[in-house]
Amino acid sequence: MVLSANDKTNVKGVFAKIGGHAEEYGAETLERMFATYPQTKTYFPHFDLSHGSAQIKSHGKKVAAALVEAVNHIDDIAGALSKLSDLHAQKLRVDPVNFKLLGHCFLVVMAIHHPAALTPEVHASLDKFLCAVGNVLTAKYR
Amino acid sequence: MVHWTAEEKQLITGLWSKVNVEECGAEALARLLIVYPWTQRFFDKFGNLSSPTAIIGNPKVRAHGKKVLTSFGDAVKNLENLKATFSKLSELHCEKLHVDPENFRLLGDILIIVLAAHFTKDFTPACQATWQKLVGVVAHALAYKYH
Repeated sequence: MVLSANDKTNVKGVFAKIGGHAEEYGAETLERMFATYPQTKTYFPHFDLSHGSAQIKSHGKKVAAALVEAVNHIDDIAGALSKLSDLHAQKLRVDPVNFKLLGHCFLVVMAIHHPAALTPEVHASLDKFLCAVGNVLTAKYR
Repeated sequence: MVHWTAEEKQLITGLWSKVNVEECGAEALARLLIVYPWTQRFFDKFGNLSSPTAIIGNPKVRAHGKKVLTSFGDAVKNLENLKATFSKLSELHCEKLHVDPENFRLLGDILIIVLAAHFTKDFTPACQATWQKLVGVVAHALAYKYH
C-alpha cells in the first residue's frame, strides 16, 4: 500500500484544518478508543483513564504530535518515526491490531469535527496514511 | 446471547430514529467501495465504479446501500434476537454471495464514520461504543451460519 501524490495532498490538506486542535483531537481519540475497545486500556494500567484526565490529555498530545510529524515528513514516514518505531518494538510492544483501532477512532474524531472535509476521497487517503503509520510503528517488531 | 443495557438500547433506538436510511445507506456503501476498493469485487454488475464520483453517483450503489441499511434496521428492532433475525441472510452471504465476513466488519466501521459525520457532537463516546458493539454483533450474526 503506497501513498499516492493525491493521498499526500489530501492528508496535508485535512491536517491543515486541524490547526491548533491536534492535542484535543489526540485526547478525544484515546478516550473514544478506551470507551469502545476496553482491551486497549490494558496498555495503560498506570494511567487515570477517567474523562478529562490529565494523563489522557498529555498522552493524546504525544500521539497527535507524532501524527503531525508523520504528515510533515509524509515522503519518509519511516525516517520521521524511526525512534518511535524502536520504542514500540523494544519497549511498548503494543499488539499491531491496536493501531487499527486507534486509527479508526481518529477517523471518527475527524468526522465529528470536520464532516465536510472528510469527503470519501479524503477519508480513503487518511485511512491509508494511518495504516502506513501503524505499519511503520510495528515494522521492527520481528 | 448479547446483553444490552437500557442505556445502550436507548442510544441505539434514539439515534436510529433520526437516521435517513436511504442517504446513510448510500453513503456508507459508496465509502466502503471507495476506501476499500477491493470490496468492489462483489459488484461487477453495478456498472461504473471507476472513480469516487462515479461510485457516489451510481444509482445501483445508492439502491443497494439503502437495501443494506434497511436490513440493518431489522437489527435495531430485534436486538435480543440477532442470530435468528439474520439467519437466512447469513446463509445467503455464505452460500450464494460468497462474501468474506471481514467485509461486514469493514462496512460496520464505515457506518460508524458516516454516523459520526452526520451527528457530530451528539455521537458521544458512549454512543460510539454502543454502536460499535451493535455493528460488531450484526457482523457476527451475519457470519454465524457460514460453513
